[in-house]
Amino acid sequence: MIPREFDYVCPSSLEEVFAALREQPGDAKLLAGGHSLLPLMKLRLASPELLIDLSGVPGLRGVRDGGDFLSVGAMTTYSDVIDDPLVQRHCRPLAEVAGCVGDPQVRHRGTIGGALAHGDGAGDVPTLALALDAELVARGPVGSRVISASDFFIGWFQTALAEDEVLTEIRVPKLNEPWGFDYQKFTVSEQGWAIVGSCALVRCENGRISDARVSLTNMAPAPVRARETERLLVSAPARDDVLSLAAEAAPVGTEPGSDLTADADYRRHLAQVLTRRALDRALASSRGEFSGSGMPAR
Amino acid sequence: MKVSITVDGTLREDDVEPRLLLVQYLRDVLGGGTNVGCDTSNCGACTVLLDGASVKSCTVLAVQANGRQVSTIRSLAAGGTWHPLQDAFRAEHGLQCGYCTPGMVMSAVDLLNRNPDPTAEEVRMGLAGNLCRCTGYQNIVKAVRGAAAVLREASAGEG
Repeated sequence: MIPREFDYVCPSSLEEVFAALREQPGDAKLLAGGHSLLPLMKLRLASPELLIDLSGVPGLRGVRDGGDFLSVGAMTTYSDVIDDPLVQRHCRPLAEVAGCVGDPQVRHRGTIGGALAHGDGAGDVPTLALALDAELVARGPVGSRVISASDFFIGWFQTALAEDEVLTEIRVPKLNEPWGFDYQKFTVSEQGWAIVGSCALVRCENGRISDARVSLTNMAPAPVRARETERLLVSAPARDDVLSLAAEAAPVGTEPGSDLTADADYRRHLAQVLTRRALDRALASSRGEFSGSGMPAR
Repeated sequence: MKVSITVDGTLREDDVEPRLLLVQYLRDVLGGGTNVGCDTSNCGACTVLLDGASVKSCTVLAVQANGRQVSTIRSLAAGGTWHPLQDAFRAEHGLQCGYCTPGMVMSAVDLLNRNPDPTAEEVRMGLAGNLCRCTGYQNIVKAVRGAAAVLREASAGEG
């Protein structure tokens, strides 16, 4: 499969990126790792006139300590974050979710920023960003702004990024308190996209759930928080019946689609089952019973 | 667009269309070194190393490899002697039709560079991006672990 013809530039500064975007408004696409965009271009579902490769722009790759958060450069690959000592120490969920994306080859190329800016409701990283209340930094020709993950994903492959903006950085909180975490993903094949995913981040103190954030993959055009599940969990005792009831509420307020892999009813069922599993494992991990869930062998 | 790409140790300079995929560049311009399987970044038959990391060359543009190093299966027996992975795939019957093998071996090279002593489960996870339709996984896992032992012994001998 061969994409339609396009022009390609590989600028060496953000200013050059903005200039290239200005010259071809609407018809240009930013290229990060290319593992969502290039397949779409090969299928000719996307046909930009111009590809602006961000790999030559310095300063967009790597993780640094931002104080009470970690700053993840938008061009940081999945395999970069899996191995990153700061991520391992302060935000293991990011390493765990990155480790369950695709396969080793995909993780070598795919980037955190690319996954977020692509805005695919079936993506894993957007779901985690939502549960973490991550902040996304967008730079444009006149300055930068910080967008909360809850305001960033607005629809099917749609984000709050303006056409002249570049996502440069993702700020994830340091989870220094005893948060338990798990991400459950149901796929057709090992390296496939999530038919449904459920991401649970919970804190438990003295047998009571003090905070809970649950978000869902592929249960709406964009990732969604399972607000009703969260409401049923917070301040409740960490008991089986509480978890079951909360997990049953996972599909409330979602709008799952139907496609070749699953219809909407089946997706609602999966959301309940996966949320129950994610909650169980998240609570167990907050008690230190698991070292992690989806961490790959490497 | 003009590109300079070091392929299997040789610097290549070519003028390519931006839409030319790395796998097409390797096969159609340079004459081989990997296979096209699914062409949808699933099967891993086209796996090569880009600056030492395994990638699916059907999902990389040739222009994205500009200024970088690409290694294909052809780099492994460069001195005329088979790489321990090639020996092990032969010894363990880690292939039947052989179509997935160049990609499978290059993924295994990447895996063993990062993890010189993988468990069987770690080999399976490390090769999750490579499909074998002859269902030869058992022997592939054996081959990779066998080659790992040979490579460990060789590096212990050097040290």
